[in-house]
Amino acid sequence: MAATRMTLVAALNEALRSVLASDPKTLVMGEDVGRLGGVFRVTDGLQKDFGEGRVMDTPLAESGIVGTAIGLALRGYRPIVEIQFDGFVFPGYDQIVTQLAKMHARSRGRVRLPVVIRIPYGGGIGAVEHHSESPEALFAHVAGVRVMSPATPSDAYWMLREAVRCDDPVIFFEPKRRYYDKGEVDVDPAAGERQPPAHTARVVRPGRDLTLAAYGPMVRTCLDAAEVAAEEGHDLEVVDLRSISPVDFATVERSVRRTGRLVVAHEAPVFFGAGAEIAAHVAEHCFYHLSAPVLRVGAYHTPYPPSRLEEEYLPGIDRVLDAVDQALAH
Amino acid sequence: MSGDGIRLLTPEGERVPHPDYPFDPAPEELRALYRDMALARRVDAEGVTLQRQGELGLWPSLLGQEAAQVGSVRALREGDRVFPSYREHAVALGRGVDPLALMRLFRGVDHGAWDPDAHDFHLYTLVIGSQTLHATGYACGMAKDGADAAVIAYFGDGATSQGDVSEAFNFAAVWDAPIVFFCQNNQWAISEPNERQTRVPLHQRAQGFGFPGVRVDGNDVLAVQAVTRAALDHARSGRGPFLIEAFTYRMGAHTTSDDPSRYRDAAEVESWRAKDPLLRLERLLRREGAADDAFFAEVAVAGEALAARVREGVRAMASPAPEEMFDHVYAEAHAGVDRERAAFAAYQASFAEEG
Ligand SMILES: Cc1ncc(C[n+]2csc(CCOP(=O)(O)OP(=O)(O)O)c2C)c(N)n1
Ligand SMILES: [Mg+2]
Repeated sequence: MAATRMTLVAALNEALRSVLASDPKTLVMGEDVGRLGGVFRVTDGLQKDFGEGRVMDTPLAESGIVGTAIGLALRGYRPIVEIQFDGFVFPGYDQIVTQLAKMHARSRGRVRLPVVIRIPYGGGIGAVEHHSESPEALFAHVAGVRVMSPATPSDAYWMLREAVRCDDPVIFFEPKRRYYDKGEVDVDPAAGERQPPAHTARVVRPGRDLTLAAYGPMVRTCLDAAEVAAEEGHDLEVVDLRSISPVDFATVERSVRRTGRLVVAHEAPVFFGAGAEIAAHVAEHCFYHLSAPVLRVGAYHTPYPPSRLEEEYLPGIDRVLDAVDQALAH
Repeated sequence: MSGDGIRLLTPEGERVPHPDYPFDPAPEELRALYRDMALARRVDAEGVTLQRQGELGLWPSLLGQEAAQVGSVRALREGDRVFPSYREHAVALGRGVDPLALMRLFRGVDHGAWDPDAHDFHLYTLVIGSQTLHATGYACGMAKDGADAAVIAYFGDGATSQGDVSEAFNFAAVWDAPIVFFCQNNQWAISEPNERQTRVPLHQRAQGFGFPGVRVDGNDVLAVQAVTRAALDHARSGRGPFLIEAFTYRMGAHTTSDDPSRYRDAAEVESWRAKDPLLRLERLLRREGAADDAFFAEVAVAGEALAARVREGVRAMASPAPEEMFDHVYAEAHAGVDRERAAFAAYQASFAEEG
């Protein structure tokens, strides 16, 4: 089957549709996911096609949503939970951190909780408070949940399918400002065979002079930055990390050993962010290959500002290139 | 009691006395209620328009909920404290908050930076249900201080599903906190109707926590004011919390981002149009000769003037200086923020140098 061009939202919808069709134990649950199809329409039409028993509008309570998803998983179901916005996952954070993440280890492997928690995240859409946050580090810090974030429609499709298939809980961060980006998606199972596993990173632009590592919404920003840098004669490599827990350090190391320079970019605040973990790892393992300190680009240690300031708050092409220039100056 | 709750005024604008809630406002009070509702409706309509024109990022309309909000805020005394959700624009106006302060939030200029103490009106809370706990704690503090005052906490029907709200009910009950929980049941939580949130009428929840709860016709401004006044008296007199379920309807979309045609019937909306809160008070005013055409014309003119002020104010609203995002993150100096502020300033300056 040929690839089709579709938005990231449509790709997620197709992925949900395919898992609902193929595995009767899968369930979609969350606020407004039924009739409305979710506030971003990711679940559009699913309740109509699979019924209210498979696609469930829940009461407005995130702790309840995550907690009951855990119970359903204990009973053999594979719940795919939608949290409406990044800033609203926190009533469910207790259930994620103290229950979902630990059950497998506590039971010495007897209890598996294949729960996927989908969270639209990140800023750049001019939204009000609590609708633009990037809390991935708060989840990556928790052992027992996997954390991933696709950057393209194709990855959205295949990574979500893999997240559902995974026997561990997965926090699936969806880059909401890229929701309406279009890309080729080949939904043929044979294409699935060719997909790299979701926990691996991918070099999405090869280059010699410096490695830019990013995930989710920042991948496109980094690719755009690399285009600009190319005009100035700098050949940047862009690595899409895709998975934040685990991090595919091998791919990052391989890249850094060739380029000798690394800039890590994310929308989340730099302070105690994912970039810190990657920078520390690379310093520990690639020290003698580095020609410059590893630099991080991200947001500031402030609450997400009112939307009129988000352009200054979020790292854009300019801030990425500024870090690139600093690293290349060494 | 009708299914719509305690009622003092029928949709046709006829008074129906209620033994527990005697209330006979003077003509000028009735006119003031009407005026408040009409002005709030006009500001709200302007919010929707300004969002359509790209001047605001979002606007959650209160259309249809004017009586619930105006009736309840008018029942408050000075010194009573309000903890709103995010749709309580008429309550805000009733507490003297400038409509432009609300617009600043929805324009993305600030996060709602009015002075809560100056208005006894806390900041809007967007995380559903959270404020009911803050309200309960505040009420507890009032009681400890021996204040002759009470708190009113606003939240929606959907919010009643949140753990925080049940916890607030229980804390308030156990502590005998002087608080009125004011639930605007507008029948919808975005696309989810009441039946997705609850199996019992919401006011009955209170019983399980050990305090009284009543349903009031939320489109009847007289009933809302009378019931809220009684509930506040109950709370102030040390008898603990009180739950009011104001039975009303969200006539518009959830917010300007929402398309309700995807999930609800136009016929349902139409059936509620007949219960319009302004129309029924207008009918009463005319029936009793308490207001004439000139009055309604004058209110309309005042509404247009207010809308014009809001429109011009919003259009003239400048964005804050970017470095302001580093202000007030902490009350005391924080080396990390200071370092980042300095780095940000240097980065900004580098563009100026480049010219
Ligand atoms: C904790 C949390 N979860 C989800 C949301 C997204 N959300 C915003 S409004 C809303 C529905 C609220 O319904 P209701 O409480 O009835 O208030 P209404 O909007 O009808 O005034 C939802 C789900 C949120 N703001 N906070
Ligand atoms: Mg509601």
